[in-house]
Amino acid sequence: MCGAPPQAPDLPAHVDITKETVIYGVVSHDGAPVPAAYVRLLDETGEFTAEVVTSATGDYRFFAAPGKWTLSVLHRDGAARKDVHALEPGLVEAALVLS
Amino acid sequence: MSRADVLVSADWAEENLDAPGVVFVEVDEDTSAYDGGHIAGAVKLDWKTDLQDQVRRDFVTKAQFEALLSEKGIGNDDTVVLYGGNNNWFAAYAYWYFKLYGHDKVQLLDGGRKKWELDGRELSKDTVSRPATTYTAKDQDTSIRAFRDEVLDAIGNKNLVDVRSPDEFSGKLLAPAHLPQEQSQRGGHIPGALNVPWSKAANEDGTFKSDKDLTDLYVGEAGLDDSKDTIAYCRIGERSSHTWFALHELLGQQNVKNYDGSWTEYGSLVGVPIEKDV
Repeated sequence: MCGAPPQAPDLPAHVDITKETVIYGVVSHDGAPVPAAYVRLLDETGEFTAEVVTSATGDYRFFAAPGKWTLSVLHRDGAARKDVHALEPGLVEAALVLS
Repeated sequence: MSRADVLVSADWAEENLDAPGVVFVEVDEDTSAYDGGHIAGAVKLDWKTDLQDQVRRDFVTKAQFEALLSEKGIGNDDTVVLYGGNNNWFAAYAYWYFKLYGHDKVQLLDGGRKKWELDGRELSKDTVSRPATTYTAKDQDTSIRAFRDEVLDAIGNKNLVDVRSPDEFSGKLLAPAHLPQEQSQRGGHIPGALNVPWSKAANEDGTFKSDKDLTDLYVGEAGLDDSKDTIAYCRIGERSSHTWFALHELLGQQNVKNYDGSWTEYGSLVGVPIEKDV
């Protein structure tokens, strides 16, 4: 997969990505995607903003806004945390690896 | 009323899956979650198609609610144990809704689907059918449901608790961040509302915090005046049902209402005051 473009997230047809700030990615563990992991989006102060459950392919997706965010994932196989900074509307990919 | 009357643990649920007179009911925002695996024996309620009028913005009528519960095989004497995803948002909404129509014995499964899954407990894909009943509902108990005029009158007089995330409260976001942000309503909050995000009432596994922690949160930290009536709201009334449950059912506060019109109604009203911080 080296050099392959990152896979765009699966978005509802009416979503305008020039206006939406989409933070998305895959949760994985030992190289395999993790379904049914609980991914939280925390705001700049660390406060809970939203939570989703990963799909069968380990995908998650949030509609946020430009700014600094933290992703926090919980699953019975492990946890992970990552900071992301969205400068403007558009797609922001963040892979999350459980450890 | 005590915590044990309104909340059951996952352990209790697992031991009572087949108990007579106990009906497990799953209610989710993602209505396909049930089909991918549910607690054995649980029936499904779809908050959008089963609990909302399909033309006007309102709940189903008493007669429709009676028909729904009869068809699902839920009787008046049954103990209904509700659970679901999103940290029980829609299960709490259904809990409030069952109370609205006067069902006596309703409980929430503490932690909902999330704790059940994190614990690695069993889910079933079996089709569930229960023999039909003849359910009788009561008239809506509007002592727990707030409408918009009452909310406007409450500004400066009652506790208004906005349970959305801080970024929705400030107006930076217009919807919870798992939903697209392009929305028709204005951003911000009702003037004077306290912002106590629903999530502060829950632990990370989705279970409710202790009564002491909840009291510290609402009365101590947030400054809720418990000598006044309270109206909770969010975007569409599901997260505020979670807070209504914490205040009214767990802490036993009187005169707490849920405003199900919430921000999608208030933020669309012509001429009402809005506070916006961004």
